[in-house]
Amino acid sequence: MTGEAPLLSARDLHKTYGPTPALDGVSMDVRAGEIVAVMGPSGSGKSTLMHCLAGIVRPDAGELRYRDRNLITASDAERSALRRREFGFVFQFGQLVPELTCLENVALPLRMEGVRRGEAERRAAHWLDRLDVADVAGKRPGQVSGGQGQRVAVARALVTDPAVVFADEPTGALDSLNGELVMRLLTECVEQSGTAVVLVTHEPAVAAYSHREVVMRDGRIRTSAGMVQ
Amino acid sequence: MSLSHTLLGLLERGPRHGYDLKQEFDAQFGQDRPLHYGQVYATLARLLKNGLVEVDAVEHGGGPERKRYAITASGVSDVAKWLSQPERPEAYLNSTLYTKVVLALLTGRDAAAILDVQRAAHLDLMRELTRRKTRGDLADALICDHAIFHLEADLRWLELTSARLDRLAEKVRS
Amino acid sequence: MTGGPASGAGWVRQLAFGVRLAFRGGATGWTRVALTATAVGLGVAFLLLAASVPNLLSARDARESARVDYLQHLERRGDDTLLLGFVDTQFHGIRIRGRLLQPEGPAAPVPPGLTALPRPGEMVVSPALAALLSAPGSELLRTRLDYRIVGQIEDEGLSGPGEFAFYAGSDRLEGWSGVQRLNAFGDPTPGDGLSPRLMLLVIVAFVVLLTPVVIFIAAAVRFGGESRDRRLAALRLMGADRRMTRRYAAGEALAGGLLGLAVGVVLFLAGRQLIGRFTLWDISVFPADARPSLPLAVSIAGAVPALAVTVSLGVLRKIAVEPLGVVRRSAQGRRRLWWRLLLPFAGLALLAPLFGGRADTDGQLARVQVGGGAVLLLVGVVTLLPWLVEAVVRRIGGGGGVSWQLAVRRIQLDSASSARLVSGVAVAVAGAIALQTLVAGVESVSVQDTGADLHRAQVNVVLSEGATFAEAKKITSRFAATPGVRSVTGTATSIGLVAGTDQDVPFIMGACPDLREMAEITRCRPGDVFITEHDPESSDAPEPPRPGQQVTVEDATWTIPATVTRVKGRRSPDGGVWRGAVLATPEAAADLAAKPLRLSLYLGLDRSDPDAVELVRNTAAEISPLTQVYGIQEVQVDDKFAGIVRGILVGTVAILLLIGASMLATTLDQLRERRALLAALTAFGARRGMLTRATLWQMAVPVALGLVPAVLIGTGLGLALLAMLGLPLHVSPANLLVTVSAGAGVVALVTLASLPVQLRLMRPEGLRTE
Repeated sequence: MTGEAPLLSARDLHKTYGPTPALDGVSMDVRAGEIVAVMGPSGSGKSTLMHCLAGIVRPDAGELRYRDRNLITASDAERSALRRREFGFVFQFGQLVPELTCLENVALPLRMEGVRRGEAERRAAHWLDRLDVADVAGKRPGQVSGGQGQRVAVARALVTDPAVVFADEPTGALDSLNGELVMRLLTECVEQSGTAVVLVTHEPAVAAYSHREVVMRDGRIRTSAGMVQ
Repeated sequence: MSLSHTLLGLLERGPRHGYDLKQEFDAQFGQDRPLHYGQVYATLARLLKNGLVEVDAVEHGGGPERKRYAITASGVSDVAKWLSQPERPEAYLNSTLYTKVVLALLTGRDAAAILDVQRAAHLDLMRELTRRKTRGDLADALICDHAIFHLEADLRWLELTSARLDRLAEKVRS
Repeated sequence: MTGGPASGAGWVRQLAFGVRLAFRGGATGWTRVALTATAVGLGVAFLLLAASVPNLLSARDARESARVDYLQHLERRGDDTLLLGFVDTQFHGIRIRGRLLQPEGPAAPVPPGLTALPRPGEMVVSPALAALLSAPGSELLRTRLDYRIVGQIEDEGLSGPGEFAFYAGSDRLEGWSGVQRLNAFGDPTPGDGLSPRLMLLVIVAFVVLLTPVVIFIAAAVRFGGESRDRRLAALRLMGADRRMTRRYAAGEALAGGLLGLAVGVVLFLAGRQLIGRFTLWDISVFPADARPSLPLAVSIAGAVPALAVTVSLGVLRKIAVEPLGVVRRSAQGRRRLWWRLLLPFAGLALLAPLFGGRADTDGQLARVQVGGGAVLLLVGVVTLLPWLVEAVVRRIGGGGGVSWQLAVRRIQLDSASSARLVSGVAVAVAGAIALQTLVAGVESVSVQDTGADLHRAQVNVVLSEGATFAEAKKITSRFAATPGVRSVTGTATSIGLVAGTDQDVPFIMGACPDLREMAEITRCRPGDVFITEHDPESSDAPEPPRPGQQVTVEDATWTIPATVTRVKGRRSPDGGVWRGAVLATPEAAADLAAKPLRLSLYLGLDRSDPDAVELVRNTAAEISPLTQVYGIQEVQVDDKFAGIVRGILVGTVAILLLIGASMLATTLDQLRERRALLAALTAFGARRGMLTRATLWQMAVPVALGLVPAVLIGTGLGLALLAMLGLPLHVSPANLLVTVSAGAGVVALVTLASLPVQLRLMRPEGLRTE
């Protein structure tokens, strides 16, 4: 590992939903430009970890910093603004707005930041092109295939030039070929821009696109490091 | 799979006669192909020669000579080293992994850690293959995919086994 | 639907399976059924209430006509006669029906609701009045009604449970003017009730109020339609064919409809118990009278399940339930306008022959024609709305902010359901506008400006039995001494006959200051006499009496002196003007001043003291229980008519709230469907305001569009009805504004009420439910 300070740094995070702890003392770092796979079976807490790291959910206890900002004490508005400017998101089922066209969907994060419509859509078109889905720009999500839709979702995540992209089972709803295409395009794009990726997946073949993995079980991280020594 | 390490591991639980060792091995790992006693005897002889086991006692009775073997300190560290090192990821290594996990459970070691180490090793290889695949041509990709899918199957098995460790421990210790 | 017993049994089985299906599906299935049943139930309860109105009115009419006491004017006393004085009063705006009773023989009639006549000094009161009298703050009323309570009026003697009424015994009624002698209560020939014109108004009111209820029920049947479609698709996968899915769907809808019917009956029965506790604008209803008329109840029981099945099958026609999911047969291309205009035009065609007041608007046929025309026009709003929404929204670009873009695109994607969402509001508003326009038109005829001047006096006290001028002076000073009274003007009046002619001449006696209130008098001294001029605009008015003519007043003959001065009449404080009347100071007619003349006093009060008028009433009651005290009003409204106006208001508000409830349910349904998307957008850092604004726009745009045809068709229908009745055409922008704001207000309310759920759905937990 380099000596460079991590982008995201979590120490001893705890988060409980109901009676069972979803996070039970999790510590991890995300450095600029690295792709970290968060693996583990369902219910192991990997999605909760991602939500905490992305500032969507506030942990019950622990330390969490993004660059020099304390995400534990940041207000909801501050965290929302951070997510708009610094983070991007890809979800399992795309979660594109069904009534907007693909182009408008990709432009949406820019528009939420106040970028003019023309400019936002110009930049969106560029990203659709990068992800090889320029031809579906005018169609609505319901009219495109799953693979195309997911690439549109990737374009939407990248359009703001984020420092970190959070991808939650990005290929979960796709077949292997389309999943591979999405992962290849995603990793190509982030490698060029130096964007870090937190990749939540239970699929080893998807995790194989990462630089390193973090394995979760029962709300804790199992590291291999201690064992090898 | 390493028979000598397996026998050493079994001995770690306590001194055994050669014949008892064979029967225990058969019960845990033999499935439907029992081990030949001669192979056990030969292996123990080699381990004895290497100082990993020692003869604890010899019983003289009406039958054949019955030596009781015990593991030595260097034998214990040999088992530990073997268990902690991941196997080279390749197809069909399940039986070795299974043996390692069972032995770890029998000897009170952290079986989950074995799986974690193995997962890391598998993922490293998968990463390498994935990188090669994305950079190479179609032929490379197809060949890499074949390996990746096998590794993926192993990883699934690792996951499943991790999830079932408690039940496995109950079974092997009974 | 092929014949044969086997397929017939299968048909029933499939329907029954659909009924069972409705209750399956765990908690969500139950929630859906409960939601539908509740909404349908609300609608049914409303329909049942409407169906009870005929019985309600007839029961009320029957009770009211059984106690009628103003028709008999018997001359001779007998064993079976009763003297009755009207002593109605008011207390802080509450109207109290009061009667004084004095039997003249052992067989004197007893009013309905009483077992025996109260003796002098005793009274029998209605439960509501008993409660009022024992409530704190009623001291002034207790002083006024200074009788011992000896019993309560039974229900059959009251128009409603909330009526304030009393019967008091007296022994001083003999010989008083305004007292009636009768030997029986009740109207032997009850009238027809409402006039044809008002009947028409009532029919239109019903149509207008019930059409949205039916639309509401139709909307309730669609609740949770998406999950139903998915379930049907799963059944297709298991081998059900299209016809079977239709039967399953029909069965499910039937289950919702029947359950809703049951809920409606329960709600109605429960609501009926509560109904007796409320009094709205002096109207209260006995729970026992709220019985739905049998034919109407039977039609409701049949029509509601049928509507449920028809609507759900209609929905199925627009989609194809395939084994692997539901395909919307989205109408490609634009919606056609022509057939959507058919309904309103058909409605107009029905109404047109009645325009101009030429046709007979009283007959049965006309009522059917008017009712049908109104329904078609109103339903026309529903059919026009999807076209209008689509046509307008298609032209809206994606300009504006993100929330606007989200909302517009959403409506563009599914303009039909947006239109459906607000069609109820549109119809209700259209109906309310039609009614108001009609009401305003009828009002312009039956409501008159009284010309009263509230600055001069606020209360008119009348003593019918009369007082001599000397007594009048005492009475005047008693009122002047009552706290809160600022000024008292009093005149004694009578009607005289010009001798030798049949010409009436009003005779008014008062001191100079009092006479100045009645005519423009410049100089006046005791002994003066004046004659007011006739209305210069009416040419056929007889000439006012001339000096020297003899006038017979109260059996006395009096000659108009030569010194009489002609003056112009002046509006009295209650707006009336004496024309061609003799105004005399008491010194000018001493004989007449000694006779008891009808006394009328105008009182100016301290308007900041709400008790002032009550104290005046108490003083009046002390002087004589028969003294009448009227509040002076600037306008005078036909009382019967006012009741209908109130009914329309109550109905419109109730309907809008009902529709609001259904809109809320639908909106929450839609929001829940999008929970994952909302959570995802929140992850992207979407501001809450942005998404809630999008929801608001999404609702506001169709509503704004819905209000356009609503205003047009509503005003059109109103004007058509006015034209039909031959009334002046008039549109009140103020009324339009109020109704339109009420409709818009409901939407704002719904958006506001859906906010907590939306904010909850936007929380990241929504990301977890995959």
